[in-house]
Amino acid sequence: MDGSALLALLQQAAPGATIESAPTADVHTTIYVSRDHVVEVARALRDTPELRFAFLAELTAVDLWPREPRFEAVYVLVSIEHRLRLRMKVRLHGADAHVATVSSIWPAANWLEREVWDLFGIVFDGHPDPRRLLMPEDWEGFPLRKDSPVQIRRPPHVTEALQVTQEEFAANLEHDRLTRRR
Amino acid sequence: MGLESEYEIPVLTTTVEKMVQWARRSSIWPVTFGLACCAIEMMAMSCSRYDIARFGAEVFRGSPRQSDLMIVAGRLSRKMAPALRRIYDQMPEPKWVISMGACASIGGVFDNYAIVQGVDQVVPVDVYVPGCPPRPESLIYGIVQLQQKISRQHLA
Repeated sequence: MDGSALLALLQQAAPGATIESAPTADVHTTIYVSRDHVVEVARALRDTPELRFAFLAELTAVDLWPREPRFEAVYVLVSIEHRLRLRMKVRLHGADAHVATVSSIWPAANWLEREVWDLFGIVFDGHPDPRRLLMPEDWEGFPLRKDSPVQIRRPPHVTEALQVTQEEFAANLEHDRLTRRR
Repeated sequence: MGLESEYEIPVLTTTVEKMVQWARRSSIWPVTFGLACCAIEMMAMSCSRYDIARFGAEVFRGSPRQSDLMIVAGRLSRKMAPALRRIYDQMPEPKWVISMGACASIGGVFDNYAIVQGVDQVVPVDVYVPGCPPRPESLIYGIVQLQQKISRQHLA
């Protein structure tokens, strides 16, 4: 199946969505999907019998700063059944970098979306576990944004060892012993 | 001394300090703390080809409670820094730290937001071993330097 046939099929499966194809240098078919229809298109891609893109191979993002729309979320999909590959992109403005999560459609998207949020600051609405994945939990900023500094001169955050007196230590041991007996 | 000639059995005399220094420097047990590619050279150093057992430092312990030496082998990320500090704090005194390789010593080629630019910001370092990664001979030299340092450390 070539790109135009795939696109026609997809447009048929997701009638309300605005889908446009994009030229690529490689053999992957690339489509742009508007932000509001990501979940709808994703479900159509997975569930249409002629497509069956059941495998989310990669979910990443591109920062095109200072261009606007600044971000592109990139979904690389594989149809194992029909031996197809597809690259789905979503354009996002820097001031409003929100997109709906697809983790209900591909469970693999859970950690990938966490990674993209961690490094690019793109918010995935409805994500079940929106925490940072790679950077420390108290990190400020999003390191893979183009306007984020590469080198920072800041002392590393370490915790001091707990200092207890002899009496506190004995009391801790005693408390531990009593609670264990119960 | 004259003590040796007075008794029939062989006797050696020494001081407590020298005895303790000898005991400490002859059994430096490192904690297993490989962070990156330097750890491969550290493993090679501990295996039979280079054989750090000749210097009594071959027993890599899985627990910081049983260790004397921390070889920080590789780049230390900012996320790992609290864990490194905690493991160092859990080691009993006396304890020593070797910063192995360029990344652990000054950050190496990773001059970026994610890597701590030198583990001496997190723990006190006794010996810096240069190299990227250092060959096992270099690390053995570093351990021998540490042994000399220990044998100069006075008791209290």
